[in-house]
Amino acid sequence: MTAYKALDVQNVAKNFGGVRALTDVTLAMAPGERLVLLGPNGAGKTTLFHSISGNIIASAGRISLFGQDITQLAPDARARLGLARTFQITNLFRQLTVFQNLQLAVCGAQQVTFKFIRPMTQYADVRERAEALLAEWNLVDVADTIVQNLSYGEQRQIEVVMALAGNPKILLLDEPTSGLSPAETHRVAAMVRALPRDMTILMIEHDMDVAFEIADRIAVMHQGRIIAEGDEATIRGNKQVSDIYLGVE
Amino acid sequence: MARILLFIALAAVVFVALPFVVPSYYVGLTTKILIFALFAMSLDLLIGYTGLASLGHAAFFGISAYTIAVLSVKLRMSEWIAFPAGLTMAIALGAVFALLALRARGSYLLMITLALAQVVWGIAFGWRTMTGGDDGLPGLRRPAFVSDETSFYFLVLGLVAASTVVLVALIRSPFGLALQGIRESESRMQALGFNVWRHQFVAFVIAAAFAGLAGALYVYYNRFVSPDFLHVVRSAEVLIMVIIGGVGTLLGPAIGAAAIILLEDIISSQTQHWLLALGIIYVATTLFAPRGLIGLYRERFMARRKP
Repeated sequence: MTAYKALDVQNVAKNFGGVRALTDVTLAMAPGERLVLLGPNGAGKTTLFHSISGNIIASAGRISLFGQDITQLAPDARARLGLARTFQITNLFRQLTVFQNLQLAVCGAQQVTFKFIRPMTQYADVRERAEALLAEWNLVDVADTIVQNLSYGEQRQIEVVMALAGNPKILLLDEPTSGLSPAETHRVAAMVRALPRDMTILMIEHDMDVAFEIADRIAVMHQGRIIAEGDEATIRGNKQVSDIYLGVE
Repeated sequence: MARILLFIALAAVVFVALPFVVPSYYVGLTTKILIFALFAMSLDLLIGYTGLASLGHAAFFGISAYTIAVLSVKLRMSEWIAFPAGLTMAIALGAVFALLALRARGSYLLMITLALAQVVWGIAFGWRTMTGGDDGLPGLRRPAFVSDETSFYFLVLGLVAASTVVLVALIRSPFGLALQGIRESESRMQALGFNVWRHQFVAFVIAAAFAGLAGALYVYYNRFVSPDFLHVVRSAEVLIMVIIGGVGTLLGPAIGAAAIILLEDIISSQTQHWLLALGIIYVATTLFAPRGLIGLYRERFMARRKP
């Protein structure tokens, strides 16, 4: 029995000028739940995502994380509460090595910040965690490679690993498989499935098969609203959802 | 690693032996190079490591110089008060600039820092009773213990070397890595739980402090301060030193400072059109060595080492 929902989005709205990107979105996740957001381009998935991660502030409504109101918090403050995210467009430290990327992710998670004197290499806790991540995700061989010299597939993988550095309580994945080949997509999907079961995961995904493979529950968005919510059978049987995906208005 | 130690040892020998070998004119020139190397390195911390382009860096350099000159010449205070006061003013101004400018990025940040620096320049230019206006403030004496060229050179050498050690340590620290992360992606750093603004603010203040130290040394070197210390041309000049040497390398900007000052010394003895020459050098660098002299050296060096 858990006292709080992992994530609780209540009546959230977001307007960009006159454009209503989100209208009265309500969504709750239990701890350890895996929810996939589906929806066509422009449905508001990424806007909802940014509202949860703090990159944009909701115009109305309330968002809470394990019972704590985070509606107005900055992204870094939300991250310190155990929320991690990936980006739809790969967002890594391109001119740094893979190891340095992970070091920074671990520094953020362990709050090793504003340390001016001792060299980075002397922080054993950070190094050990970064090395563990390298080993866990088969990145040892590319540890000293500059990220921009890696293949796109490898970069997408590191995009996810960065978010895992701090063992987040809740993980937001913004289309982790976008632009990947079927084989790479499969690998990333397997990677997400293999994550600890107590990690709450909210994921945006375009690939229906990947979505059904990972999700405990699915929410479908359209024109800034959640129009359907439920398990695979519910979603597959929903008339409105199939209309949207077949292009019928 | 052994190569680096050898390089440092060699540099130490050269710099310590220099005043006993070359005529005093060149000791003075080397002093100037060291001061501007520090100035350029302080700017590189912002541009090369934090990714914040500033075109107002002369403001920190100049306010420190003016504070020292005004306190010493006008108010007859000792250098033990004037020198720390100069650094304090540079740090305070760095904080003010950061508070006002850090909402902007890229070329907008460049414009805001330029505008803020011009305000400081305008004050130095207009407040004649205190600053002497465009006549400047002559009559500053070096502290008694460094009154001759050689001992002043060693003071500058010691402070610049110590500052370099501090800057290198800073860049290798978790804070330094975080600055580089911010340069690469602010949004990712935020998502990882870093307070990006606070890091940038601290970087700005540290850069201003070292620029202030350079300005303090330069006003004692020059024994005279004028609005030129604060002028946009000086901000641009130090920016060009950083770019010519190699952005984000620390050693590069120091080499860039040496190159520019030596060329200025040679060219301005022949012609009055030094700024024209500077412009041509800048264009040539961006065309043929976009990563600066250090980048050029590394490319050549790597190419030669390939089988």
